[in-house]
Amino acid sequence: MADSSTDTPNVNPGDETNNTVDTKPGEYRELVWQGLWKNNPGLVQLLGLCPLLAVTTTFTNALGLGLATLFVLICSNATVSAIRQWVPKEVRIPIFVLIIAAFVTCVQLLMNAYAYGIYQSLGIFLPLIVTNCAIIGRAEAYASKNPIKQASFDGLMMGIGFALVLLVLGSVRELLGQGTLFDGAHLLLGDWAKGLTIQVVEFDSQFLLAILPPGAFIAMGFLIAAKNAIDNRQAQKLAKSSKPKEIERVRVNFEG
Amino acid sequence: MKQAMKSNAMILAIFALGCTLLVALVDMFTAETRARQAEQQLLNTLYQVINPSRFNNDIYMACQYVTDKDLLGSEQPQTVYTARQDNLPVAVAITSVAPDGYNGNIELLVAINKDGSLSGVRVLEHQETPGLGDKIETRKSDWVYRFENKQMTSDKDSRWAVKKDGGMFDQFTGATITPRAVVKAVKNTMMFFDKNQADILNHNQSCRGENG
Repeated sequence: MADSSTDTPNVNPGDETNNTVDTKPGEYRELVWQGLWKNNPGLVQLLGLCPLLAVTTTFTNALGLGLATLFVLICSNATVSAIRQWVPKEVRIPIFVLIIAAFVTCVQLLMNAYAYGIYQSLGIFLPLIVTNCAIIGRAEAYASKNPIKQASFDGLMMGIGFALVLLVLGSVRELLGQGTLFDGAHLLLGDWAKGLTIQVVEFDSQFLLAILPPGAFIAMGFLIAAKNAIDNRQAQKLAKSSKPKEIERVRVNFEG
Repeated sequence: MKQAMKSNAMILAIFALGCTLLVALVDMFTAETRARQAEQQLLNTLYQVINPSRFNNDIYMACQYVTDKDLLGSEQPQTVYTARQDNLPVAVAITSVAPDGYNGNIELLVAINKDGSLSGVRVLEHQETPGLGDKIETRKSDWVYRFENKQMTSDKDSRWAVKKDGGMFDQFTGATITPRAVVKAVKNTMMFFDKNQADILNHNQSCRGENG
């Protein structure tokens, strides 16, 4: 939650160019790319770290919070986009917060009614989705300037991007901490999922560091490092392959 | 300026109203399911500590509130559920609090047979250290099952402690405070039942009122 004040301004500078109303075929692809990789809310924008780090002790918890956040993000983006003409600039933030809080409360009530087990294991972090700056960040930076379709799609992609980071962190920590995968999946998916639990390795005692918050920070650091490493390699490849062309062009210019 | 403030306030109020309406609708729509979920959850736990084949009354309704700060660990009223077979009491399940956990209160459900022996114990809620103190959960270890069928000979029964203190219950590696707190709370709850047995078993009014 401490990230709410410091992180909101750095939302997605690339979006300023995106606020045209007409739909270009490349726009959706760009949204996918931005949400899942280039501007991933978990790995790049580093928004919503509090629930991200606290809840990812198991795959199931991560999935529950990921789905809840995804749902809220789509709904809030669509609503914010739908009402963007009627909202004066001065009161837009309180209105966005109201909308987000309303959706989060709805999700909480629905989960309480239909997924009680996961509702209990998510605990306080379910209502705390309100404070996830990824959501208000998207509302402010994208949804308030774009039509409903694109805004909802952006919500979907950003939500999936966030959920994927949650799932990777959850799996890694569950695997290192308890040696299992999909433990407690029946809490979310119903009784048929009881057989899903896989005991990958058997530990005599749990690997505490992976379960406790420091483990989350460390795993998160490795994830970010891995993403940066892939990006760097990609950039190097691109630089290499484009170098000969440049030289050629230069040579042509000289000779010409 | 004043005009702008007025219209902004109006818009804000309209949105507040709309959002409240949405939440109220969902709340109304899910209220019944949520209540049923909570009841089901409680019943599941009750069935774990008192085998459902042993009683045939509506145990969810057969409840009463009791308060005993010293023995039940909290100033808040705790709930007692009485299991009866053909109107004869077989066992009671008492919620109680272990106030001296490593990290705050540990809420327990302690089921005691009519003869004073333990039927079962479950931890309802706790904030003990993951990986150390949380072995009191059935999901993490089978420690809490060891209470089953245990008896207490007197208030001074020295076996009712963790092994480190000369008792009969294991502590965990790296966590003694948690099991110590649980053992003490279970012992106190048994003493409470011993002291108030007649009152509890003769109580016939439901804490949920006439119609539930």
